Amino acid sequence: MIATKTGPRVVLYEGADASPLENSFRVELMAKLLERGLPISLARGNALNSTENKQIVLGNFGGRFPEADSSTAEFRDIAGLDAVAVVSLVEDVLAGTNDPSNTKRWKPWFPVIDFGRCTNCMQCLSFCLFDVYGATSDGKIQVQNESNCKTDCPACSRVCPEVAIMFPKYKAGPINGDEISTDDVRREGMKVDISALLGGDIYAMLRDRSAKAQSRFSKERDDERALKERQRCLNKLKAAAGDIEIPTEVLASLPSMDQIQSKAEQARQRAAQALAQQAKSTNADSGQ
Amino acid sequence: MTDQPRILYCHCAFAQVIPKDVKQGVLERLGEAGVDFDCVPDLCEMSANRDPILQQIAENPDVRIAACFPRAVRGLFVAAGHPLPQPEPEVVNMRMLNAEEATAALLRPRDESPLAQQEEAQTVETTGTGAREGNRT
Repeated sequence: MIATKTGPRVVLYEGADASPLENSFRVELMAKLLERGLPISLARGNALNSTENKQIVLGNFGGRFPEADSSTAEFRDIAGLDAVAVVSLVEDVLAGTNDPSNTKRWKPWFPVIDFGRCTNCMQCLSFCLFDVYGATSDGKIQVQNESNCKTDCPACSRVCPEVAIMFPKYKAGPINGDEISTDDVRREGMKVDISALLGGDIYAMLRDRSAKAQSRFSKERDDERALKERQRCLNKLKAAAGDIEIPTEVLASLPSMDQIQSKAEQARQRAAQALAQQAKSTNADSGQ
Repeated sequence: MTDQPRILYCHCAFAQVIPKDVKQGVLERLGEAGVDFDCVPDLCEMSANRDPILQQIAENPDVRIAACFPRAVRGLFVAAGHPLPQPEPEVVNMRMLNAEEATAALLRPRDESPLAQQEEAQTVETTGTGAREGNRT
């Protein structure tokens, strides 16, 4: 049985000394508690599992609670309550605790690397402008800042030549983790080529457009028009590189062109350093 | 050891990628089946938070996971620093199965799981029984 060390666990108890919960009520209650961010266990056994963590044990007890370590188990009789009332009861118990589900939650959208396919080429690191990727001390790619990732943007997976980057909540395969066909590998390779056709790389295209836009803006000095022009350029970029699927809001929230240039350069340098470190580690290993 | 591995259900709380009727149907059927099981709100969130629950799951090979694509689930455990044990627990993909199929896979006796059958086939191959069977046909 799962026992979280980070926060309390809710146990729906239907063992000895408790009447079973009505099925539709149980489903509704479980869904509500899970959406609240709480792990749940359904226990039908006669005894509760011992755990070092706090357990909020809910059931139709009728005044008789099962035997358990009272220092970790807190019993609540939920007979006659609806699911909303039970969730609110659990929240009262959790109030003031360090339960992680009390903290602000975010849609967990971030890249997951399939290390069975990754060749550590660092293309993802040099592509991402938001410092999502980093490298370990021995030069291996890793996802370092998950929460920096832009929700619904799978662009880095599109530039990965090995189809090794997954977004489990993405709508379609193979990015969602579905098995990879040879067609997928060929298609992903073509997408990298499309990026190259845009003038070396996607950031080079942004820089060119930035230069043109800046020459016009210097004459006009109209912030609103500058913003519109930037949006227009980004939309054109999106149309040209549609397969990369960068959401419009992500494009619109990109920093200025100069900042993009600078960030892209920094990312490239970090990738180069990681590759150098990787080569050094490999040489050291082969020398042993 | 019971006839079934412990069941772990992921509610994929932040996205609509697993149809609501599948999630609800699986919870309903597991509840009706009278088995004990564990539920977590979202394996992706737990992986990003390096939640210690993932370590506990990874240390228990006798588990069957109801979630999404096995490759993604495997990657989430690796990302959290706790790779799944070998042989890997069976992952039942609720993105591809309906509620009935997913629950049937979760409640299947241990010796009827694809992994058990694969292991049995390997044993047969090693002992040569498979070759004899093959020659007969």
